[in-house]
Amino acid sequence: MQAFLHQLLSGLATGGIYASLALALVMVYQSTHHINFAQGELAMFSTYIAWTLVQAGFPYWEAFFLTLIFAFALGVFVQNVILKPVENASFFSVVMVFIGLLVIFNSVAGWIYTYTVKTFPSPFPTQAWYGGSYLSPHEVGMMGVTLVVLGLVFAFFRFTKLGLAMRAAAQNPVSSRLVGIRVGWMLALGAGLAGAIGAVAGMMAAPILYLEPNMMGGILLYALAGAVLGGIDNPWGAALGGVLVGVVENLAGAYVVGTELKLTVALCVIVGVLVFKPSGLFGRFVVTRV
Amino acid sequence: MSAILEIANLNAAYGETKVLQGVSIAVEEGGITALLGANGAGKTTTLRAICNMMVRTSGTITFAGERIDGRATEDIARRGIAHVPDGRGTFGHLTVEENLRLGAYTRRDRAAVNDDFQRVYAYFPRLLERHKQQAGTLSGGEQQMLAIGRALMMRPKLLLLDEPSFGLAPLIVREIFRILAAINKDEKTSVLLVEQNANLALELAGQAYLLETGKIIMGGESAVIAGDPSVRRAYLGY
Repeated sequence: MQAFLHQLLSGLATGGIYASLALALVMVYQSTHHINFAQGELAMFSTYIAWTLVQAGFPYWEAFFLTLIFAFALGVFVQNVILKPVENASFFSVVMVFIGLLVIFNSVAGWIYTYTVKTFPSPFPTQAWYGGSYLSPHEVGMMGVTLVVLGLVFAFFRFTKLGLAMRAAAQNPVSSRLVGIRVGWMLALGAGLAGAIGAVAGMMAAPILYLEPNMMGGILLYALAGAVLGGIDNPWGAALGGVLVGVVENLAGAYVVGTELKLTVALCVIVGVLVFKPSGLFGRFVVTRV
Repeated sequence: MSAILEIANLNAAYGETKVLQGVSIAVEEGGITALLGANGAGKTTTLRAICNMMVRTSGTITFAGERIDGRATEDIARRGIAHVPDGRGTFGHLTVEENLRLGAYTRRDRAAVNDDFQRVYAYFPRLLERHKQQAGTLSGGEQQMLAIGRALMMRPKLLLLDEPSFGLAPLIVREIFRILAAINKDEKTSVLLVEQNANLALELAGQAYLLETGKIIMGGESAVIAGDPSVRRAYLGY
């Protein structure tokens, strides 16, 4: 029972990482109707920036927030410089651009930082100040950070005028322009926020997974599984889906398939959802009149 | 009276398909001007050309003394032109209140915005009843009211209306046109109204133009247009 509880909680903690990246994927998907396959690599690259800053002597949280600014700028850059010229291109051209970005960022990170695995610091104490031993302090901190990020994003979209304008621009760009919303800026802002959220996921994952250019590959798959499970057009569904995938992956890994086949679980989730409930658990089923 | 909007020699095309040829129109300040014509004459395209949306144009468009042709749609909106597009263009997944709030997106005068909410709800009490409801669940008439309400939240100098009567029951159409007349009178908002329902439009508008296959074939006082025998035969049905 204790072991089960441990696996469950630890699944919740890693699920938080998937939830963050799933949220980033959905934010971009909602406004562009494309999955940014490079979202994980952007997060990985940002995490390297954080590592560089920490190496240069910056205190952890300063490096953390500087990295968020960098990741935001990187997201805006990718949207405005690389994706804007192809926004009217065919679906597969855009997919190719995203896959190209994935490969480019992966190789550039390997070229600059080498493929040698690096340790990444955790901002949380190593000694548990609480009694239980189910979760490491980093996992607890990771959950806290994830909840704060999700809360902030929710509040931003729900309660601010800018958040409302971003939702409007994603839903109906034509009408948004008619009320004076600068839709291009909203897309850039969404991509920037997605980049920053991804960077949080990267920095939280790195102390567990260790930092290396392929670090986010598996996480992107799990996040994608989470987003598809929760509903790709519903940010909160996607975040919840990410948490669910984390729990399922951990429990299946511990009790059913073993750690070697964990990633297969994510793929099974994707295929299963697409076959049985393509709109996801909380997604909108869109019916179009012909 | 001076013109708030002047279109001169406007050509417009979707790709290679020419829709408007040498259209010239003036909308007088504080008045209602109707643009009439059959299906496919280019009425909607004219409104889209004014807002520079989805259509390629040449010619000059002058709004409140300044050239606006070639400017971005959002900049044109920020200058005070509110466009209620065909199909209404409401945000279906957002609530009625959020739709209205988006109308006031570019405004910084918070107190006046709150007053405008009350004003819009006074014109359209049904929107107040449904202010927490998702816009997509409203009836056609209510969606049209919401689209007009959202435009009013912009405090526009000029209101462009694309077939507000489209697909609505005659009673609802009457109500909407009565409210449009009140808005024009109370707010001094100039209106350019595109309509297929020529009877209604000529009743409401002071000036009218007749568009046929991309060209203006007649323009002037509504009463004169309504009295023209060929117009009566082709558009008014008596």
